Amino acid sequence: MVIKKSRRIFKPLVFLASLLPLGWLIFALYSDEFLGTKYMTIDPVQKLDRELGDWALIFIILSLSVRPLAEIFKKGELVAYRRMLGLFAFFYVCLHLSAYIGLNLKLDWNEFIVDVTKRNYITVGIITFILLTPLAVTSTKGMIKRLGGKRWQKLHMLIYPIALLGVFHFFMMIRADFSRPATYLAVILVLLGYRIWARWQKTKPKKEAALA
Amino acid sequence: MLIKWRKASDVKPSEITPKDVFLNRRKFIQAAAIASGASLVPAFVNSGLAATSPGYGGKKFSDLKKTMYGEAEKLTTYEGLTTHNNFYEFGTGKSDPFRNARTLETSPWSVEITGHAAKTGKFSYEDIIKPHQLEERIYRLRCVEAWSMVIPWVGIPLADIIKRFEPTSKANYVAFETLVDAKQMPGQESNALPWPYVEGLRMDEAMNPLTILAVGVYGEHMPKQNGAPIRLVVPWKYGFKSIKSIVKIGFVEKEPPATWNVQAPSEYGFYSNVNPRVDHPRWSQKKERRITGEGGLSALFTPKIETMYMNGYAEEVAHLYKGMDLNKFF
Repeated sequence: MVIKKSRRIFKPLVFLASLLPLGWLIFALYSDEFLGTKYMTIDPVQKLDRELGDWALIFIILSLSVRPLAEIFKKGELVAYRRMLGLFAFFYVCLHLSAYIGLNLKLDWNEFIVDVTKRNYITVGIITFILLTPLAVTSTKGMIKRLGGKRWQKLHMLIYPIALLGVFHFFMMIRADFSRPATYLAVILVLLGYRIWARWQKTKPKKEAALA
Repeated sequence: MLIKWRKASDVKPSEITPKDVFLNRRKFIQAAAIASGASLVPAFVNSGLAATSPGYGGKKFSDLKKTMYGEAEKLTTYEGLTTHNNFYEFGTGKSDPFRNARTLETSPWSVEITGHAAKTGKFSYEDIIKPHQLEERIYRLRCVEAWSMVIPWVGIPLADIIKRFEPTSKANYVAFETLVDAKQMPGQESNALPWPYVEGLRMDEAMNPLTILAVGVYGEHMPKQNGAPIRLVVPWKYGFKSIKSIVKIGFVEKEPPATWNVQAPSEYGFYSNVNPRVDHPRWSQKKERRITGEGGLSALFTPKIETMYMNGYAEEVAHLYKGMDLNKFF
């Protein structure tokens, strides 16, 4: 009961908090246009694309952090927020892709096809998007039931290569100074490392018990 | 003498700002220039960046010859070209140079001339520019990252300066070097690039009338974040060729190293001429985003413009590359 109550308060809060980056970007553009600020720099096409890509990666990382945090702090109820964070990752990925196609390429589909086929970092980005889509589509309770827990879980393990591909996409685009994608990569590796460690832990105590 | 160049480098009518708007802007610039530098500040307060602005309100040059170069181009605003820079010596972010360049000491400044020339040695900034008539040259600047600006440089034809040092017949190339001093250039604490930043030109490229050593923008001394006090401007090449804050000019026999070329030879050639037909391996060079400095929604939705061969200066420079395979010598 207590858990349910807190969830009723926190879920909308997490939802609103997840919209804050988008809200900030909209405000920044509004302010630049009407109040003369330069939050989005004088090259907002580039800035918006980068910001949205950043937030997509951050939400992928957040969704990956849920299980480790829940297990380490013994707060199983945290898992209830994972789907929302994952869907927000997909949401920011969609915005990132739309900004690239709409604002950067100005809907030049020929250019888009050239980019996807010729430019490796775009190819990787699109693959990341394509892999993420079925995860978003199968996020409903109905889909989990239809797929069956085991198969659903297997499918959603795709998030690990997705996270790595997303960071790889970022790395490939940069001319110099890799500190930002390197930070993301480090966090993702810790989160993946935790899972390997946790799995190893699960098997180890049994052996010890057997020895004893 | 007024130099008249009205050929390929001239802009398409569609790019030309209506004359009244243009004249008003000119007036505004003049008015702003007449007023003390401090009066420029309020315009930038809104940007939230003013507090740390280096280079704003720089000293005016008194005797400046206007030229016809790019006369009709719509200029990138002063704020625009001083807040959006690639100058990794002050950080890799576009606004880092604006924020960090204040520590650069531009006076006194000297440039060392070395190599195959009759006159070599250390020359002060004043020694180098004093004998020359400063000119205003409005040039397009095309960054390899597919954005561009239009900048009213103040400078001297590099050829005029080179002649004074009397390079010998062995001087096939000119090599340039930027200052190295992590105390003044905090970006050099990181190894984003190998320091010093170096660049080079073939002698005929260096002697082309378009090539200048620039010492200012908008009639003022060069802002620190734009490569004060003296930098190269080669308008038909991608921006990174136009090396900033030069401390060394060498006359050399063989092709000198160029930082980005050394860093990623498959992506950045020694020549790096603006060429919409040769893509960067990671992005297209066919079009560019013209940065006016205004930002906001208009910048978000303005259509891209077609990138011109040699950045629109082909008539003046295409002959330099006759017979060269530009897919190979990109």
